[in-house]
Amino acid sequence: MIQYEKFSLSNGLRVIVHQDLSTPLAVMDIMYDVGARDEDPNRTGFAHLFEHLMFGGSVNIPDYDEPLQMAGGENNAYTTNDLTNYYISLPAENLETAFWLESDRMLSLAFGEKSLETQRKVVCEEFKEHYLTKPYGDAWHKMRELAYKVHPYRWMTIGKELSHIETARLEDVKNFFFKHYRPVNAVLVVAGNVTVEKVKALAEKWFGDIPSGEKYVRNLPQEPEQQEARRLEIKANVPLDAFYKTWHIGSRLDQKYYITDLVTDILSGGGSSRLYQSLVKEKKLFSNIDCSHSGSTENGLLSIEGKLVKGVKIEDAEKAVEAELDKIRNELVSESELQKVKNKTESMIAFEDMSVMNRANSLAYYEILGDAAWMNFELQKYGKVTAEDIRRESRAIFREENSNTIYYLAEG
Amino acid sequence: MTIDRKQAPPIVDAVNFNLSLKPCQQFTLQNGVQVYAVDAGAEEVMLLEWVFFAGNSQEEQNLVAATTNFLLRNGTTKRTAFQINEHFEYYGAYLNRSCYNETATITLHCLTKHVGELLPVVKELITESTMPTEELAIYQQNMKQRLKVNLKKSDFVAGRLIDAYLYGEKHPYGKYSSAEEFDALDRDQLLHFYNQYYTQGRFVLFVAGKLPLNLEPLLNQQFGDLPNQPVEVKQTALQPATEKKARITNDPNGVQGSIRMARPFPNRHHPDFLKVQVLNALFGGFFGSRLMSNIREDKGYTYGIHSFLHNHIQHSAWMVSTEAGKDVCEATIEEVYKEMKGLRDEPVSEEDLLLVRNYLMGSLLGDLDGPFQIIGRWKNIVLHGLTEQYFYHSIQTIKTISAEELQALAQKYLKPEEFFELVVV
Repeated sequence: MIQYEKFSLSNGLRVIVHQDLSTPLAVMDIMYDVGARDEDPNRTGFAHLFEHLMFGGSVNIPDYDEPLQMAGGENNAYTTNDLTNYYISLPAENLETAFWLESDRMLSLAFGEKSLETQRKVVCEEFKEHYLTKPYGDAWHKMRELAYKVHPYRWMTIGKELSHIETARLEDVKNFFFKHYRPVNAVLVVAGNVTVEKVKALAEKWFGDIPSGEKYVRNLPQEPEQQEARRLEIKANVPLDAFYKTWHIGSRLDQKYYITDLVTDILSGGGSSRLYQSLVKEKKLFSNIDCSHSGSTENGLLSIEGKLVKGVKIEDAEKAVEAELDKIRNELVSESELQKVKNKTESMIAFEDMSVMNRANSLAYYEILGDAAWMNFELQKYGKVTAEDIRRESRAIFREENSNTIYYLAEG
Repeated sequence: MTIDRKQAPPIVDAVNFNLSLKPCQQFTLQNGVQVYAVDAGAEEVMLLEWVFFAGNSQEEQNLVAATTNFLLRNGTTKRTAFQINEHFEYYGAYLNRSCYNETATITLHCLTKHVGELLPVVKELITESTMPTEELAIYQQNMKQRLKVNLKKSDFVAGRLIDAYLYGEKHPYGKYSSAEEFDALDRDQLLHFYNQYYTQGRFVLFVAGKLPLNLEPLLNQQFGDLPNQPVEVKQTALQPATEKKARITNDPNGVQGSIRMARPFPNRHHPDFLKVQVLNALFGGFFGSRLMSNIREDKGYTYGIHSFLHNHIQHSAWMVSTEAGKDVCEATIEEVYKEMKGLRDEPVSEEDLLLVRNYLMGSLLGDLDGPFQIIGRWKNIVLHGLTEQYFYHSIQTIKTISAEELQALAQKYLKPEEFFELVVV
């Protein structure tokens, strides 16, 4: 059970305090309710580029990193399709430095031309490093475009194409900031060796006078239900054929999420999981195979991907995957197999919660999702899943007309 | 209340912290196996790591050590690979194994309440693994396929080559895998290696987390009767490459180059090692370093550039590593040399030095947070043949090293002509 206290400032900023006196550190986690899904389709990659610009100096503090390092702190950030997160860890004695830095960049950025110019280049190199130079690096770009026709999940966080990043203008940066990076759209978590009184006083002092901003109301086009199977074949200079298939699933907020999560654990994720045992070890059709889901706030995807053993026909590999899905659709999973994936979930949560940074991050995430308190009920929700639930959900998800398949084939 | 936002709040300089390494409980099993244990943490979880002297230094043919280590989990006289995996996974445990140069490990992460169900099976892996032929064949095939994919990646190719340049292709630190060597693996050879270095071999145990009260008898019961025979770690002569510069085209359509620049460096026992870690931080060891500030934050040539010292036991190396746009690779290398020159020519300012000191102390404080981190420190000390004093010596170095000393070290080690220089596109 993670203990915490929650309050709001008059400008709407939600603050959560989680005390852990066993660590000498303090952690600050600020989550903004904005991600790649909130971008203009003609300016994709912007939320992530923006995350880089957050380190280019704020209105009163020319350099973000140096004072933090001087205080013995470390920081980082990430952007997803759903949200953007910034986090700091530093000696608890120097907690106020984190308040000073984060509140100033919530107040306003410096909006320097030079910073934009440099970070455009840095992000382009990041794009190349992760998506252009790696074999199969564009597979998920293609899959998103195949599976989503309308919803902004159709592009990756890094963006649809390099040109969108290359042409970003300072004016776009400013508009984005004042629309999304306001107290009313953010959650601040302070955790570690801190007291509620001190955090209250510091939050009031540093964040209290930042103008509230307008609550961002998300109104995204919803993906219509897919009616027929979609397929795509790609030929590229890769050494092995690869198989990708996805199915539409519900949102993170749907109670069925917990069932779906366990479905993926039954299929893959360990040496005794079904797809690995059957397709890699027994039938020797794949050299590796994974099943996962996007865990996204809005309707997401469940995916199976793997590389084929040289010489195996991809149609045969797909049939073998289907045979495994037939089993989970038709036969009830045994109590011990269900218990296994529940135990795995229990231990995963215990390991995650070891780190005060992870706890802070989870509190922020659940608060953005709806309520930080949900963090403490996750295990219970998994516990309630039955074998019948698994079969019913598998039938609902694994329908051919709900699927998108990519054959990613080696040229020549 | 108005506040002056331009004014930084007062800080306690991390350099003034008195950091200590949480003590480690030490005991010996009946057969002389050393156990190091850190009992700490709030979650009911624990970590156990068996460290065998079964690294790739001991093998007579490439890949034997790594393959033996990998196949430990793939079948015993009592259980199939599937049954072994199912057992650990049923209890929500993670069983991993890794092969390094001098050592090879089995690592178990589990909920403390389940440890009693898991240890007997770990013992089975150490004493009754069978390395089935079919498991070996699947491993060979899948590893060759993985290698094929990796060889398309410039960073993978660069990583292999720079180590071979530094230490020699025959040296444990420099050798790398090939499809032919995977094909040449033979089950009998693996079993022989397994028997000598695992079943009979010497090992050390590291344990951390919320520990059960009966830890010592529990470990004695399962592991106290193993032979634990002495193992001498084999030595191989270094054979660095004679040619210092290389430009390699791995993918004619590549848009980025993987740059590696590296020079040989002595191991942790050398008096310069700890001091150079401070110089390294300043050079390319953290976000505020010279390399990062110049090459990423000013020039935008790369997503990231880092320098670091290899954590090998016998010999180390000082390495700069980055992926940069194809057309700016040469410019990047030039900037790296400029930063070396800057450190040789000018003493670091007091402010920059204080920044590095504070950063290093703060990050050390974070690195000591939690039982798994603490046992990691102890493991490093034990396996490198150091003592607890090393930890305090490193803190002392961070706190007191002077700008003049750092400049002298830069002049001694940051000499371009002593660096290998490699770009793989």
